[in-house]
Amino acid sequence: MLPIEHYLFLSLALFIIGVIGVVTRRNVIVVLMSIELILNAVNINLVAFSRLYGDVAGQVFALFIIADAAAEAAVGLGIIIAFFRNRETVLADEMDLLKW
Amino acid sequence: MLDKVLFYFFAGIAVASAALMVTRRNVVHSAIFLITALLATAGIFLQLRAEFLFIVQIILYVGGIMVLFVFVIMLVNLDVALQQIQFARQKWVALIVALALAGQIGVMFWTSGKMPGQGLPVLTAVAANRLPLNSEAVAKNLFDSYLLPFEIASVLLLVAMIGAVVMAKKRA
Repeated sequence: MLPIEHYLFLSLALFIIGVIGVVTRRNVIVVLMSIELILNAVNINLVAFSRLYGDVAGQVFALFIIADAAAEAAVGLGIIIAFFRNRETVLADEMDLLKW
Repeated sequence: MLDKVLFYFFAGIAVASAALMVTRRNVVHSAIFLITALLATAGIFLQLRAEFLFIVQIILYVGGIMVLFVFVIMLVNLDVALQQIQFARQKWVALIVALALAGQIGVMFWTSGKMPGQGLPVLTAVAANRLPLNSEAVAKNLFDSYLLPFEIASVLLLVAMIGAVVMAKKRA
């Protein structure tokens, strides 16, 4: 195994790219995909430390995060479909019903 | 040596396709690049000897979640959306957030090198031939130590399923 810093830097790079995607994109679907990328970056950290310590608990936590990501994608995409049916848009800055 | 080559190969693919995913205008292209990023991450898992997660990543993420994403992209009106501006005017916010995050973690790395004994762990990884079989070990840990979180995760998935159906069904 390579030194742990390699994995941490890879995870950091993916996390920051994901954050940039969440902040800059207008399309809500791409924002959701960026969140998936962030969760994935966290998984790399967990698995790398699990390998470093020879303890599989990290991989179990990565499994939970994958389950979480699936739930989040299902609910998020359901919301997007419902919203698109009402407002005919998928752009984040046109979703302003609760804005004063 | 082989470890190093594999790591840099998969890491390069992951970072490059993630950057492409964020910058492409077409949403379908974004989805395809996210799929390659997730597959490259699966390769990283395999390089870390996490075979079970490697398979789960491919079957569940790429085969399940991404199909859902592409499905929804096809459901919403793509042609109209493509004509609109795809990027919000938040480039400076994004830059500041990214720099702050990178700065925090850079400071963490820097200080962890300065303080002996308190920094990042310097343990050597367990030799590959002393690791237990991966799927067995994960299953044993999951059903021994984390049985309650496992059940809670199944309830969460049920709730998400019901929520998705309620959200997406037509109003009566």
